[in-house]
Amino acid sequence: MIALDSLFFDDLLWTPLLIVLVKVLVVFVIGLLATMLMVWFERKAIAGMQNRIGPNKTGPFGILQTLADGIKLFFKEDLFPTRADRFVFALAPFLSFVPAFLSFAIIPLGGDFRDGNSGEVTIFGQVTRIQLADPPIGVLFALAISSIAVYGIMLAGWSSGSKYPLLGSVRASAQMVSYEAALGLSLACVLLLAGTLSTSGIVAAQATITEWHFVSTGLVPFFIFLIAATAELNRPPFDLVEAEQELVGGFNTEYSSIRFALFYLAEFMNTVTMSALIVTLFFGGPQPIAFGDFVLDIPLLPNALEGTFWLLAKILVFLYMYIWFRATLPRLRYDQLMDWGWKLLIPASLGWFMLLAAQQLGRRNDWNIFLVTGACIAVLVICYLLLQAAISKSSSEREQQGTMF
Amino acid sequence: MEFFVFVCSASMILVGAVGVIVRKHPVHAALSLVLTLFGVAVLFVAQEAHFLAAVQVIVYAGAIVVLFLFVIMLLGVDRVENLRTEPLSGQRPLAVLASLGLVAVLITAILRGNQIFNERGTGLNLPDSQNGPDANTVQLAESIFSQYVVAFEVTSVLLVIAVVGTVLLTRRTRAATE
Repeated sequence: MIALDSLFFDDLLWTPLLIVLVKVLVVFVIGLLATMLMVWFERKAIAGMQNRIGPNKTGPFGILQTLADGIKLFFKEDLFPTRADRFVFALAPFLSFVPAFLSFAIIPLGGDFRDGNSGEVTIFGQVTRIQLADPPIGVLFALAISSIAVYGIMLAGWSSGSKYPLLGSVRASAQMVSYEAALGLSLACVLLLAGTLSTSGIVAAQATITEWHFVSTGLVPFFIFLIAATAELNRPPFDLVEAEQELVGGFNTEYSSIRFALFYLAEFMNTVTMSALIVTLFFGGPQPIAFGDFVLDIPLLPNALEGTFWLLAKILVFLYMYIWFRATLPRLRYDQLMDWGWKLLIPASLGWFMLLAAQQLGRRNDWNIFLVTGACIAVLVICYLLLQAAISKSSSEREQQGTMF
Repeated sequence: MEFFVFVCSASMILVGAVGVIVRKHPVHAALSLVLTLFGVAVLFVAQEAHFLAAVQVIVYAGAIVVLFLFVIMLLGVDRVENLRTEPLSGQRPLAVLASLGLVAVLITAILRGNQIFNERGTGLNLPDSQNGPDANTVQLAESIFSQYVVAFEVTSVLLVIAVVGTVLLTRRTRAATE
């Protein structure tokens, strides 16, 4: 009934059950390890960009620094503020930590998708995917989980019973809810071209570079997705949630010990997951770099394992980019953030989605593709002018009447 | 297995629903509502309505209850409401009447559904997971965007009217106070 894995289609046997359990364990451990290494990588790379040395004492190149910090946080005193709502205060870190892990479950971590292969592998005579779950709703699962992650931050700020965390969490929830719309709309462009919701199907649809959705959706959805994802992660330049100068530490100010560590872990885990999701949606996931008939193949490695290698390489690029963002870009002001989200990203993604949908319809009905595109662009330009007129009218009125509050 | 899932999610729904009414603090009540919504989502998954489950979580738990919480936090509803005062006179009897009506509708729906189920015999025409993973979504999209497209568009117009109305109301209060 609940068919999340092709293993479960037959009767429940011991081998499939064991394989699924091993997969759960492996994905969990990979998640923890990736987070640990990501924290180290970020500190080290930022240190390099700022002419510092960074962590270098624990382990080779300071690679065990995160482990040491984690152990230290475990033994710190666990504080409850007197005005805190105890139950919600204890619940909030888990609401932010568990979703971070859950959305990693739908990423295809490897497998052979070349030449129309479905990416399924055979282990001990059982056909399965190198992916914890392949639910029919696929990417929507990631969206659902990311909408749950809002609760963690929101409730953490509220339950602390203090002003600064509350301000941080109200900012966070407003930001995450607004950027979720742009995120979903740019994701819809990918789904439109792939014609399926499942992540493995989306990966299978991107065999060569020209078929990568990064190219085939026409760059714009990718950039919108990237910006919206950065805002969704509350990473710089969108980290108003924990703006140190204004809010002390944001939503997690009152947290200490292991509860704080959970928030910290969730934040970095989310970065890793979001990079993996970007790679899956726009850059072919475990697909090798291929152009036409030419495939950049690694000799001696089975294709399924090679997929894992490619995925890792692509994810690393994005992780480095996120670190680069943090080192380079200054934080946005709050009204700039909202203007970006509502007046630029959402209209742009909606317009682009309409354009792609019209092209898809035209291709299906054998209309002249240039005519369709031209008509769409004309309509979009008119819409853009109307929007600009509305915005300039409202801003001139606001100037006349003074500020709202 | 299906029975086990049903019992778990049904108890989740009931605990959440009772919590919404019983809990004193509005934030706790809203969290109980989330529990209920999740229970319903689990029931949807058990009935192979995966898309509905995802939408249930994204829209209701992810957007609407977040909005509730947002309003509760912004308005700071930490004080206890006085339950004696009625903002609209005759509100309570009307509420009792409406809830009785709802109970009647539900009972009729269940009885009627049971009747239809018995007539069809072999169960409802559910999208099968063996028809490919997207069968569910395709079926829903076809019925919404072809068969019920007018109703769909009317609903969206209704929402736009609500938004425009809200904006108009806030503007008018400001003009009056000046």
